[in-house]
Amino acid sequence: MQKSRYGRFGGQFVPEVLMPALNELEEGYERYKQDTKFLRELNYYLSEFAGRSTPLYHARNLSKKYGTKIYLKREDLVHGGAHKLNNTIGQALLAKYMGKKRLIAETGAGQHGTATAMAGANLGFDTVVYMGAKDVERQKMNVYRMQLMGTKVYPVRSGSMTLKDAINEALRDWVSNVQNTHYLIGSVVGPHPYPMIVRDFQSVIGKEVKQQIMEKEGRLPDSIVACAGGGSNAMGIFHPFIADTDVKLFPVEAGGCGIQVKGRTAMHSASLGAGEEGILQGARTLILQDKYGQILESTSVSAGLDYSGVGPELAYLADIGRIKPDSVNDQEALDAFHELCRLEGIIPALESSHALAYVRKMADSGELGDLVVVCLSGRGDKDLETVVKLKGVTCEGKI
Amino acid sequence: MKIEDKFRQLKKNNEKALIAYVCAGDPSVDATREYVHALVKGGADIVELGLPFSDPVADGPTIQAASDRALEAGMNPDIYFELAASIKDPVPLVCMTYYNLIFRRGVEKFVKDCAASGISGIIVPDLPIEEAEDMLKACKTHDVDMIFMVTPVTDKGRMQKIFSKGSGFIYIVSRLGVTGARDDVAESTKEVLAKVNTSLPKAVGFGISGGKQAAQVIAAGADAVIVGSAFVNIISSQNNVERRLEELAREIKFGFGIQ
Ligand SMILES: Cc1ncc(COP(=O)(O)O)c(C=O)c1O
Repeated sequence: MQKSRYGRFGGQFVPEVLMPALNELEEGYERYKQDTKFLRELNYYLSEFAGRSTPLYHARNLSKKYGTKIYLKREDLVHGGAHKLNNTIGQALLAKYMGKKRLIAETGAGQHGTATAMAGANLGFDTVVYMGAKDVERQKMNVYRMQLMGTKVYPVRSGSMTLKDAINEALRDWVSNVQNTHYLIGSVVGPHPYPMIVRDFQSVIGKEVKQQIMEKEGRLPDSIVACAGGGSNAMGIFHPFIADTDVKLFPVEAGGCGIQVKGRTAMHSASLGAGEEGILQGARTLILQDKYGQILESTSVSAGLDYSGVGPELAYLADIGRIKPDSVNDQEALDAFHELCRLEGIIPALESSHALAYVRKMADSGELGDLVVVCLSGRGDKDLETVVKLKGVTCEGKI
Repeated sequence: MKIEDKFRQLKKNNEKALIAYVCAGDPSVDATREYVHALVKGGADIVELGLPFSDPVADGPTIQAASDRALEAGMNPDIYFELAASIKDPVPLVCMTYYNLIFRRGVEKFVKDCAASGISGIIVPDLPIEEAEDMLKACKTHDVDMIFMVTPVTDKGRMQKIFSKGSGFIYIVSRLGVTGARDDVAESTKEVLAKVNTSLPKAVGFGISGGKQAAQVIAAGADAVIVGSAFVNIISSQNNVERRLEELAREIKFGFGIQ
């Protein structure tokens, strides 16, 4: 297998102008990932700034209700309220070591943008975040948060005005400013080496889980469940368990308003489950597209899962059967959101609620086993406005 | 017509080439046919016919908007190849599109359809040489030129690899950034041109919008200029389009000589 590939997935499908930058990034990463000074500094930021390690919390009430022991990996407690900072602090530090002065990023929910703004402010970068205009509307608080930390937020009005378009715009910026700028991609997507770098920085989640579950239970879990948009929290928690083939791995995608297509819009965001092979934003992967290869817009109640593609390594792991993708729809996610609030006193992100909904859906099937770890990728404070507006009704009028 | 033959003919007449880009189907198939004709009448030597993609990352707002209009009006690869086959102007046609549309149709079939509809070359801005093996093979089989880009940040080693794989012409991206009309000629244009050491014709694109700039690029040693957004801007205005396309093509082509 070529280094840039996961089976036939992955690769570097980018304009020629970016090839030197990708090569430089790969060289920089290979060099610093074994540099003791870099690693010491990274660990310092992860513990002192991000607040790691995060607890592996035994959700007693949820466990009781579903008759299986459920642990929540509390990435919602990472500084900023989501797993995103694990990656942004890693990449920002790498960019600093590589001598870059400026960070650009795309954001969907605003979580990655916020995490980039945090890392950027702390490490002294000029930071610019591209965000779909529709997401700017849905996630106003995150826009304010970024601006407070000195980041410029550009609303993107092209295409579907969501994450995919924000990535396009960030790529365009990078093409123009490639010499002094690091493009800080927020998930395990894009051209090599990004899927690898983001996975590695997010793997801290899975590494901690492995140690914590051994301490608490003396054994590995039967299954691990994580939501998947681009797939970074999923790859992060799965990766250290890939070789442990007894541990079942379930990425849960956004089923939105149903697995169907209406015009140029998929009513869901389930690229692993319902996508087809193609090339999007630098990588060969599974994508939502029409019969000619035009990219479809995606749908989800959660901005962070609303994306037409998925990381190439997840596409590969699904292809070889190591992970088993599934999806839950908007309503199921919302129900799980409310349930966790009431049963455990934890307000989960709508993204993470998809993973919780999958546990609800599958608990009776026995599929998940007796010991389940759910990646609680983020907290739901950012979603309150959405949830209040919906008042429980998600898809009316859309299909 | 083959690209090579076109450049040979131009060379014999001591002429430089104008390569004009339009987005197929913007705003309709029939209009595109007329626009191509007008451009050729004005002096375009090669026409780049864009096959619109929903997510054109290498393009700026002008061409993205044109792509959206064309897609909205129903353009797709099937219609595109019919359109290409129906263009009778005596110039080589080059297909410019993004890789997913090619991959989805099947690389071999896509290139075969290009050849069958009279397209002589293909430019794929999101396909660097490392990923282009399948395309190169299919292009060889069907005698279609695979045209690659070099940029101000492409180093000598990469350039040599690109020159050895590409054919037709070398597309020199004159500045960092995406497509879009600009008024100046980047300093970087001269620097890249000086670095490009190949027997293939050198075509400079990205940001050229008028006769004066084009003339400067030619004076700096280019064999051709590629003009896209400036033509697309005229099309999007929907005001006297054919006459203005022809005039701008003429201004640029004629401008090569004067400076
Ligand atoms: C809390 C949370 N979870 C999950 C995601 C989805 O991203 P990924 O699939 O890369 O983990 C996001 C994206 O913004 C998020 O904010």
